[in-house]
Amino acid sequence: MRIPCPYCGSRDVQEFSYLGDANLRRPDHEAPEAAFHDYVYLRDNPAGPHRELWYHGSGCRNWLVVTRNTVTHDIAGARFAKEPT
Amino acid sequence: MSGELANPAGVLARRGVEQRSGKGTAAVRRLATGGLVDRTRPLEFEFDGRRYTGLAGDTLASALLANDVRLVGRSFKYHRPRGIFSAGCDEPNALVELRTGARTEPNTRATTVELYDRLTASSQNRWPSLDFDVLSVNRFAAPLLGAGFYYKTFMWPASFWEKVYEPLIRRAAGLGRASGQSDPDAYEKSHAFCDLLVIGAGPAGLMAALTAARAGARVILADEGFRMGGSLLSDNPVIGDRPGSDWAAQAIAELKSFPDVTLMARTTVFGVYDGGTYGAVERVADHLPSPPPFLPRQRLWHIVAKRTVLAAGATERPIVFGGNDRPGVMLAGAVRTYANRYAVAAGADVAVFANNDSAWRAARDLVRAGVAVRTMIDVRDTVDPALLAPLKDAGVRILLGSRVVGTSGKRLHGIEVLTGGHRSSIAADTLAVSGGWSPNVNLTCHLGNRPAWNEDIAAFVPDKLPPGMAVAGAANGRFGLADCFAGGASAAVAALEELGIAATAPALLRAEDEPYRIGAFWHVAESRGPAFVDQQNDVTVKDIGIAHREGFRAVEHLKRYTTLGMATDQGKTSNMIGLAIMAELTGKGIPQTGTTIFRAPYTPVTIGAFAGHHRGKEFRPTRLTPTQGWAERQGAVFIETGAWLRAQYYPKPGESDWQETVNREVRTVRSGVGFCDVSTLGKIDIQGPDAGILLDRVYINTWSTLGVGKARYGVMLREDGMVMDDGTTSRLGPCHFIMTTTTANAAKVYQHLEFCLQVLWPELDVQLASVSEQWAQLSVAGPKARETLARIVDPGFDLSNEAFPFMSAAGLTVIGGVQARLFRISFSGELAYEIAVPAGQGERLAEALMTAGAEFGITPYGTEALGVMRIEKGHAAGSELNGLTTAQDLGLGRMMSKKKDFIGRMMSQRPGLTDPKRPALVGLRPVDRSARLRAGAHFIPVGADAIAANDQGHMTSTAYSPSLGHSIGLGLLSCGPSRIGERVRAVDPVRGADTEVEICNPVFIDPQGDKLRV
Repeated sequence: MRIPCPYCGSRDVQEFSYLGDANLRRPDHEAPEAAFHDYVYLRDNPAGPHRELWYHGSGCRNWLVVTRNTVTHDIAGARFAKEPT
Repeated sequence: MSGELANPAGVLARRGVEQRSGKGTAAVRRLATGGLVDRTRPLEFEFDGRRYTGLAGDTLASALLANDVRLVGRSFKYHRPRGIFSAGCDEPNALVELRTGARTEPNTRATTVELYDRLTASSQNRWPSLDFDVLSVNRFAAPLLGAGFYYKTFMWPASFWEKVYEPLIRRAAGLGRASGQSDPDAYEKSHAFCDLLVIGAGPAGLMAALTAARAGARVILADEGFRMGGSLLSDNPVIGDRPGSDWAAQAIAELKSFPDVTLMARTTVFGVYDGGTYGAVERVADHLPSPPPFLPRQRLWHIVAKRTVLAAGATERPIVFGGNDRPGVMLAGAVRTYANRYAVAAGADVAVFANNDSAWRAARDLVRAGVAVRTMIDVRDTVDPALLAPLKDAGVRILLGSRVVGTSGKRLHGIEVLTGGHRSSIAADTLAVSGGWSPNVNLTCHLGNRPAWNEDIAAFVPDKLPPGMAVAGAANGRFGLADCFAGGASAAVAALEELGIAATAPALLRAEDEPYRIGAFWHVAESRGPAFVDQQNDVTVKDIGIAHREGFRAVEHLKRYTTLGMATDQGKTSNMIGLAIMAELTGKGIPQTGTTIFRAPYTPVTIGAFAGHHRGKEFRPTRLTPTQGWAERQGAVFIETGAWLRAQYYPKPGESDWQETVNREVRTVRSGVGFCDVSTLGKIDIQGPDAGILLDRVYINTWSTLGVGKARYGVMLREDGMVMDDGTTSRLGPCHFIMTTTTANAAKVYQHLEFCLQVLWPELDVQLASVSEQWAQLSVAGPKARETLARIVDPGFDLSNEAFPFMSAAGLTVIGGVQARLFRISFSGELAYEIAVPAGQGERLAEALMTAGAEFGITPYGTEALGVMRIEKGHAAGSELNGLTTAQDLGLGRMMSKKKDFIGRMMSQRPGLTDPKRPALVGLRPVDRSARLRAGAHFIPVGADAIAANDQGHMTSTAYSPSLGHSIGLGLLSCGPSRIGERVRAVDPVRGADTEVEICNPVFIDPQGDKLRV
């Protein structure tokens, strides 16, 4: 698999490490424990397009949001996680 | 046998085959003319201890056939004699053990091994000899050994499986054996990038590559063979008025003239992966006796291609009939290839059995080449008169509407033919069989696609393709030569157009484009004797019948129940027939029956190629500390800790064992001074106006209030509340911190901080840099540490306790102007400093410390003494920071700030994690002070049974404390901190220990910390 890093260009997947769902938002510190529980443990497992966090550890060390189809492995795009959506 | 049995020698003489007398070394079946072999370069080789001669350009198989060696192996299950069946990677039978000693390679296909001088090979799966194999009695038991036999028979008693059945079966069945020695050769991995990858250098592939090359594209052309040309070499067509092999040579020469074209012969593209990535293995030195210096044996390629043209050709399949595995029964295309390309007559008396036109052209070529073809048998009642004429003219006996029902001879000497209800015996030493051609669709299916059934050619053809791939030529079910050329050119033009590269198809070549007609026919129902579908795994037509009767009818079930297609050839010549027979039995039809899944690799790939350089010590790089060279000169003993090599202890002459050395090192530190390289700790430089806020959020304690020039111990949690890492972080400036992490977690913590900054809080203005490699950091510890340091610190820096108290940090210069950082922190519990200098100055600093501390008896100490002193001080380390412990478990619960949010705060408050019954950190000492404690022992209440239900925790770290004179331990014990003074048992069933221990404060030495602050 190749990931189009917006900083480095198209790179082999071996340079990256996977974290998971990029849609999760860390709850506010005043949120109830249940919100943190969901944040830490609950994950969707979609068959199809999925926004995922990948870390380019062997490259520019940017965290990326990669839109990947979990069925076909097609990658629709990647952007820096630090940039606003 | 009838009177038709010919005198083979007579036939040979008539047909102009070389006849040499000699001791069995003459190439008796080499044709006098033709072929793409170099008659001026004879090559000696050895098979089963006998010496033969072949020619440069031969494969091992063609050289064996040229020497009339027909029996080359024994079958997997029944030990039946087997010969060479094909001329390519589809070979099911001619598997040999290549080379000797550590380079022995079992299960090598003789049909793909390029002959080299002094090649040595031997046959497999026979005892005592290939010609006489004791275990061939298995074939008399064949009725017993059918599909599912093992499942049904060796069911009980269970203990018999391991002790009796399995060893017996493993001895009886199987192929070659691994050498058992370590591989002496080197392997490499490489990446390559191109606009167009062309897989296969036959007519379609060469034309695709030429078209793209002329358009200026970056092209890689890969072919598994050692000579490019594919069917142009084996089918000997005429292009224009020249032989096809000439055209191929010219095309290759032109391709070589383009700077952006890479020709990769001996390279198998074995797998298709996501994103246009292809796996390929290049056999760099397999055609040589041994790899030359500095060259790998094989190279694994990741080829990243914007577009791909698959021109992988097609594989011929046989027709299955009784006794079809006898040496001498071969694929018709293979017999043709041996004659055209290698100038070898596969036999002296050839019969052909087919259901399609290509076999007739094979027979025509054989006649032209001077190979004795005497009988042509076709299951069809009528064939194109254009096919009949050349064979009739040559006096070949033609039997239409006929089928072969049986064979005879250990090496084939006769066949039995059924024609309109009449059986006749015909002499033949070679039977060339063709059941049609199956396009090599494998690579089109590796990403999960299935091929589609094409009734016209009775074969599966590519359907949905991987992104960026096009298919041309025979791989696409287009077998005509003109079709191959046109398909290759147009596929390349279309692919390049998508890339914005204008290309034009070369002018059409004048090539024979003979029609291909086939009458689908899979197996002869009237067969006499076992009819093998999968010759490598000994699966017969009858086995497929058994699978059908017993309900294993889906192709994937059929495969697993009978092992059809599960051998090293992956059923290249057998899967299609197997599923056709099953379709016949179920009445479902072939398209509905479908194929099994095609998976990478296309042909077997040596594990060494996947490992590449990553073996032995090169599995991962060894990281050396900045004082490695110095430590070696001191005679240090080293130990691997993760990727690092660190000094474990520094023995002195006269010390009898490591314990004595470590005891001395600890005592010296506690009474005088010592130093230790702690550069392996992770060091992260954190800068920016919001650096303090970041630290507040990742550490459980407060950081934004830390003064400049101060250090603090911090603990960070995972979001689930467990401890992730700990370490000391210092503030060097208002916006500048330097964090230390544990050695093991350095990379993980760095990634975590980047996650926090980029994903969680991108609004924070902070920058990170890993500086672990940039600094050599030495810990100087002991009551004499200050006096020692005073001698190396440059004048002007006040080291006094008042000016530079415990937990201070500062930049300074040492040993005459070397930039340094000094931290007054202690892991040993003594008055201690950590001093960091640029990594290149590490050895110089060590030498300076040795000189400065000489008066105080300074000693370097290693990881053992470091570990002993940290246990004496009750510091948590890797064994306690095991991912299952909370800050509270480690006695650090009070560090958790209640005034701020931090990662892990909420989840660490869960009742399960704050339960006082959780195992928590305590110190332990043996009641009998002479007893030795062992890490891993479990705590059991005194008087209770040592069973899991009574388990109260475990011993995490132990050491002999030279300061106390007995063994000490740290452990995680249920309700531990409230049980100080109680006794429990430390039970270690693995090493047979059961020791009564006393629970105590984990800080064994100086619990008030007075020594730190002097």
